[in-house]
Amino acid sequence: MTTIPQTTLRSAAAGKRSAIIGQMSSILIFLILVLVPLAATNFVTFQITMLLVYATAILALNILTGGSGQFSLGQSAFFAIGAYTSAVLVEHGGVNYLLTLPIAAAVCFVTGFLFGLPALRLSGVYLALATFALATAMPQLLKLGYFEPWTGGVQGLVTSKPDAPLGLPISPDTWLYYLTLGFGLAIYATAANLLSSRTGRALMAIRDNEIAASAMGIDIALYKTLAFGISAAITGIAGALGAIAVQFVAPDGYTFQLSIALFLGMVVGGVGWLPGSIAGSAFIVFVPNVAESISKGLSGAVFGILILLVIFVIPRGARQIAEYLQAAIEGRRGGA
Amino acid sequence: MELLTNQILAGIATGSIYACMALSVVMIYQAIDHLNFAQGEMATFSAFVAWQLMRWGIPYWPAFILTVTISFVAGVAIERGLFRPLANASILTNVAGFIALFAIVNSVTGMTWDFTIKEFPSPFGSSQFLGSELINSHQAGMIGVTGLLLAFLYCFLGFTKVGLAMRAAVSTPESARLVGINVGWMVALGWGLASSIGAVAGMLIAPVVFLEPNMMGGILVYGFAGAVLGGLSSPAGAVLGGLLVGVFENLIGTYVPGAGNELKLPIALALIILVLRFRPDGLLGRNVVERV
Amino acid sequence: MSDILKVRELRAYYGQVQALYGIDLSLREGSVTTLLGANGAGKTTTLRSICNMVRFTGAILFDGLELSGRSTEKLVRLGIAHVPQGRGTFTRMTVEENLRLGAISRNDDRAVTGDIDRMYAHFPKLKERRIQQAGTLSGGEQQMLAVARALMLRPRLMLLDEPSFGLAPLIVRDLFGILAKINREEKVTIMVVEQNAELALELASDAYVIETGRIVMSGPAAEISNNEDIRKSYLGY
Repeated sequence: MTTIPQTTLRSAAAGKRSAIIGQMSSILIFLILVLVPLAATNFVTFQITMLLVYATAILALNILTGGSGQFSLGQSAFFAIGAYTSAVLVEHGGVNYLLTLPIAAAVCFVTGFLFGLPALRLSGVYLALATFALATAMPQLLKLGYFEPWTGGVQGLVTSKPDAPLGLPISPDTWLYYLTLGFGLAIYATAANLLSSRTGRALMAIRDNEIAASAMGIDIALYKTLAFGISAAITGIAGALGAIAVQFVAPDGYTFQLSIALFLGMVVGGVGWLPGSIAGSAFIVFVPNVAESISKGLSGAVFGILILLVIFVIPRGARQIAEYLQAAIEGRRGGA
Repeated sequence: MELLTNQILAGIATGSIYACMALSVVMIYQAIDHLNFAQGEMATFSAFVAWQLMRWGIPYWPAFILTVTISFVAGVAIERGLFRPLANASILTNVAGFIALFAIVNSVTGMTWDFTIKEFPSPFGSSQFLGSELINSHQAGMIGVTGLLLAFLYCFLGFTKVGLAMRAAVSTPESARLVGINVGWMVALGWGLASSIGAVAGMLIAPVVFLEPNMMGGILVYGFAGAVLGGLSSPAGAVLGGLLVGVFENLIGTYVPGAGNELKLPIALALIILVLRFRPDGLLGRNVVERV
Repeated sequence: MSDILKVRELRAYYGQVQALYGIDLSLREGSVTTLLGANGAGKTTTLRSICNMVRFTGAILFDGLELSGRSTEKLVRLGIAHVPQGRGTFTRMTVEENLRLGAISRNDDRAVTGDIDRMYAHFPKLKERRIQQAGTLSGGEQQMLAVARALMLRPRLMLLDEPSFGLAPLIVRDLFGILAKINREEKVTIMVVEQNAELALELASDAYVIETGRIVMSGPAAEISNNEDIRKSYLGY
């Protein structure tokens, strides 16, 4: 007769404990997210909306880099395309702002997919380079004389904030918040599902060892370009939501600095760890506010130092902190 | 015809700056297989240092030399301090390191010298070169200085002991160790050289585009385009690539209707993608076989 | 005659995997020693440990000097030349540059030029190809170049990892003849790691046999090559 070793029994109980705590914290966070605007001012609500917007963009990057292992320093370009698609359609096309969201997603999906095609042959640094060039070129493209009648050139476009639908008695900011929250949660759920599905496993196989994955019969080209397309689409939705919330789009709002911020958000949150997107987003939304109030231009230095801190001290970002907490709760030291 | 020659020469002039940036990028790439995204910011910082030295009363050429020396030391320091510890880390970590460097240098430059545009002197003046209508003396100066720089580099790498050691360390590091070369210091030397070359580029371009913290953003992309075009594997390729990009950019700007200033950067982007897609080894590159 | 190299209790690791389980070796100064064994037995690992290219524990003494803790490039400068598996030629550089690189850690430039001429005397084929890119040389020529490069260091000890690999038997004979000459004339102690046991045992004075990370036999080369049982079990002939 075999007896189950004490350690296994203990870890089973501890595991159950941490799972329950994990579930409870998720519910708690969810409740906070839902209830916050009811207690907060319009401005705070707006800030948290932007937090969710960037979290969604970081999530997209997580799918791309953490999921399929492809680099992108060019997410700001897709963010811009989404934002401008929405703004242009609303201002010049009279399209309902809600409709612009799926359109922005579609436009970005196609752009991302098309970019992903030549990028197939690139990996690592080369891909980082091509996306860097994309990010740097985008503001220029947006300032182009050709497009000025639509894009408003250097000045950009101003849009108006939509009211809550059906005459609901909530402020526009609150409505936009719930809209963003809804989209954010839906995207998160879809992404989580995707990553644990067969597609997700294929992506991660490609990330870990492309040649081996190809030998296993996975269509590398298809999955990699799909990953780019999906990631771009989600970033586009985030961009569109951001544009609606801010009511303004201009070329210099979507520079390489934004790509840096999103990249930082991913690294701080923990690459490939979807819940980390919120942590990363919190960093990039609040840190610059504090930094810029101390000295203009300081936020860049703070970002840079934070990135260095993370890569040298906490390489897996917020995920590492979460794992540490989980281990502490389960009574283990640093993971059994 | 004269317009064409004019544009080609002007293209070579700006191309010489791209060539310098491409050269810096390739020097580091050859040493560590990574692209230094912060190369432009480092060059801008150097140009500001030069500007500051001149504000303090130091004449142009001594300030130039001093800046090049400071940049060299800074390059070595950054390699030893930041990237040596990252040598065995993942690509993601290294890219993150470069991004961090970019952000920090850009930020420090902005905070130290603010964001207003400043004038940067040229030691060559701006009159027409030798009275010709084709290029002005600063442009001629850019070509000349870049040419001298390249000649120096060629001699250094090809004919000195240290240059030989550096080439060996970069091409076959394990064998280099086995003949007694300290590969780590050779990589640091590469960084120092790259940084100095970038400083020269920054000081040459500042009179033209005016000195401000975001001066080099676009230029770096052209530098990358040139490096990629040249194959990322040889200094000569980098220089050739940079010059070609300069000429190409100018010709497109002049002869393609509607292609104003704003399209130049996207064209550089398209160029990078096309070369990487269809001819990944560039014009002068060599094949790299990926080990399974 | 003293031992120029003493290896005691050498254990080597590739990551978590152990490759050597306590190797003991002694090389008599001026001798030619061969380390024999099958593929994967640990021959290359032993050489790499001596040059600190692999994680190891144990004592490695060169002329009584403890080597551990010294970086590869530092201990090379003590006079140890290592011709690695695959030769490690600087393929993109010329033959002459390869030779210069062999001497790059030396300070006596004039003597270096003299040594290059001596190498060309040992290896006339190399002189013919002095400005050719090393990567374009044939296998045999690259091996000669690798040996010449190692000699440019004016080493006291030369380590060679499977120099016969991929070479026709006639060329290997030539090569081993040159190694013997170098050992006699330049007084260089040589350790040759080989799978090709027959020729190696002709060249060497001492031999070790290694199997799965352990020394299983050692002694004068003549004894080992005359022992039919050993030859059949460990050396395959």
